[in-house]
Amino acid sequence: MTTLNTRNRLLKDRLMTWAVCLLAALTAVPLLAILGEVLLRGYDQLSWSFFTEPTPTAYRAMKAIEAGEPIPGGIANGIIGTMIMLGMAVLFAVPTGILCGAFLAENQKSRFAQTVSYLTDLLQGTPSVIIGIITYIWVVVPMKGYSAIAGSVALFIMMLPLIIRSTEETLKILPASLKEAGLALGGNNARVMLRVQLPAAFGGIFTGVLLAISRVIGETAPLMFTALGCSLIRWSVDKPISAVPLLIWEFFNDPNLQELIWGASLFLLLFVLTLNLIAKYLAKKWNQ
Amino acid sequence: MEPVKPILEFKKTCVSYTRQTMAVKYVSAAIERNTITAIMGPSGCGKSTLLRAANLMHNLYPNIRVDGEILLNGENILAMQPIDVRRKVGMVFQRPAPFPTMSIYDNVLSGFTLNGISLSKSERDATVERCLRSVALWDEVKDVLNKKGTFLSGGQQQRLCIARALAMKPDVLLMDEPTSALDPIATAHIEELMQELQKEVTILIVTHNMGQAMRISSKSMFMYLGELVEYGDTATMFSNPSDERTKAYLTGKMG
Repeated sequence: MTTLNTRNRLLKDRLMTWAVCLLAALTAVPLLAILGEVLLRGYDQLSWSFFTEPTPTAYRAMKAIEAGEPIPGGIANGIIGTMIMLGMAVLFAVPTGILCGAFLAENQKSRFAQTVSYLTDLLQGTPSVIIGIITYIWVVVPMKGYSAIAGSVALFIMMLPLIIRSTEETLKILPASLKEAGLALGGNNARVMLRVQLPAAFGGIFTGVLLAISRVIGETAPLMFTALGCSLIRWSVDKPISAVPLLIWEFFNDPNLQELIWGASLFLLLFVLTLNLIAKYLAKKWNQ
Repeated sequence: MEPVKPILEFKKTCVSYTRQTMAVKYVSAAIERNTITAIMGPSGCGKSTLLRAANLMHNLYPNIRVDGEILLNGENILAMQPIDVRRKVGMVFQRPAPFPTMSIYDNVLSGFTLNGISLSKSERDATVERCLRSVALWDEVKDVLNKKGTFLSGGQQQRLCIARALAMKPDVLLMDEPTSALDPIATAHIEELMQELQKEVTILIVTHNMGQAMRISSKSMFMYLGELVEYGDTATMFSNPSDERTKAYLTGKMG
């Protein structure tokens, strides 16, 4: 028998469920809105030359606008700069981060490890603009100039805590039996770590590296102090170099180049989303 | 007639996890070469702890203390380097733990890899075949040697783990409830295998299963609350236990 009271309670329950669903859906709105906006505005700009040519000068862009033509040139200088700096940062951050993470996972009770672990957290929370200015003092000033090296140092510092954490967490959730089985065969700690534990943790660590890359690829502030930017395609590491997020900022500041903002943003956004999707896929596959 | 020298000997061995409590109390026992010795006792009696001490597994956990002596061929292993001890004393765990990223082939050879010993291709092939044959796994896996070890069934995985331990030609093989995660058929396989293996290696096995102890072991230890209550011929212990506690355990009144 359903009394009025029961019906009221059921109704409230249903209302509550709907409210929660609605709020959950709302959280997806910002991302979809951003993606939609950037896609709509940037889609037209994407062409082959957009990825192969460097940024046009303001003068060329102005002429093109006057003639009613699309702005020539693209963001190749930024893509190459981003790849060079990211590549160097990854090259150093991956081994350093993995070794540090392995140390933290193996020595959870040591005072030193706990301190390092805490400092890692602090580093992760350090505002990127501060990392930028510090790298400026440490690298740009002694080297007497902006460079890709300086930019990659800033990105390295930003990636490091992310890789350390993901390595540490992945190693910690491996069954202890794996390590014991390795040691029981007479292996020393280093060999068991390299041959058994790290390979077993590979999926988690790789996911962490991908997430670290997607986290720093959009960093603008630290690169302003270190890589500076450059409108030419450049392969050298000791000279100022461009990066995609730096270009977006430059385009925004130059009325003649503003149309290029959206193509560059779309590229960056899609790149990060793809990395994230790959990371998600790997993590899922890993957990099976 | 001179008595046979024991291969492994516990001498007043104590293991403590904390300052106040001892998990293993003054255990003294000599294990004879090429026998299977079963360690029985209710949960928490310290039997696994004693077994793991013989492989210096406790070195992994700094708060665990091992006192007394454990002699391997007359040498006190507590004074030796763990990596040297573990080459001579192999271990098989309760849950089969083949290395998940290695193939079956590489799993058998993992002891060499982990010790930095490189073998020629023919030596590797020969070792893999010899070890897999000695655990009666060769015929089942010879065509899938490159598959991951985790691809095998639980019983096969456990036999792979035994093969992996045997590859290092240990003097002693410690087995910590090796069949408790397996079904009866796989268990029977492993028990049969152990009977064969005792010709080449001395086996010390912790078991919860009294039937298993009776079927496979020639000697048995009964432990209770960290003490070694009784140690002797398995047949004698089962038919005529000398201690009341052993009797109570074997008749199911305790444990």
